[in-house]
Amino acid sequence: MTERSVIHATFSIERTYDAAPSKVFRAYADRAIKRRWFVEGEGWDIETYDLDFRIGGTESSSFRFKGGALIRFDAVYQDIVPNDRIIVAYNMTIDDKRISASLATTELKPDGKRTKLVFTEQGAYLDGYDSIAQREEGTRELHEALARELARS
Amino acid sequence: MLDRLSRGPASVSELAAPLEMTLSAVVQHLKVLEESGLVRTEKVGRVRTCRVDSKALSLAERWINQRRKLWERRLDRLGDVLAALPDEDQAKDSKP
Repeated sequence: MTERSVIHATFSIERTYDAAPSKVFRAYADRAIKRRWFVEGEGWDIETYDLDFRIGGTESSSFRFKGGALIRFDAVYQDIVPNDRIIVAYNMTIDDKRISASLATTELKPDGKRTKLVFTEQGAYLDGYDSIAQREEGTRELHEALARELARS
Repeated sequence: MLDRLSRGPASVSELAAPLEMTLSAVVQHLKVLEESGLVRTEKVGRVRTCRVDSKALSLAERWINQRRKLWERRLDRLGDVLAALPDEDQAKDSKP
């Protein structure tokens, strides 16, 4: 049933923080701080989180959303320039099904006393995406509407 | 039905043929799909042709958008964490 497909996409996100680049960098380098914004706060049940912040080092996390499928995130640091740039290659899996492989670049640019952060993800999104999209609210509503219709006919 | 339409446009009777449903039930289901924005139908002469709305059913696009939203939420939380974090490196590490 699995149809193999690869879709490539790139997106960028910009944020300006009221903090020096060194402080923003610390929020990436320190495991306890990073965990706080990277995996906590999504309502996930976090099973593991590990960070070895150095070039060639790895970062991994695994979590479930409301007791659902196990989602894993595995990354390898490709480049780290303190207070300036972090490049990481990462993949994600859902129940051991590989859904994406990405290169994520985070650039920190001083802006007065503040920091402009530019995050760019270049990704190959794999055949697993349909299983995630199916979990979307809209699709669920559609299925419910269909079920109602089927029950009626 | 969506499965069939994802392979290309079809008329209502073509959609109904393999299904054990009355034509009116098929039309009902189509109406739900159309209202959900997943399917568009178009009547040419006496034939109503149905097709998947490519804008609506770009699952990959929606998924990539989810990924983007995930990172946006993360970076927003980073802002909150930074606001609560003391400048411990300010004294030893500050540059002009």
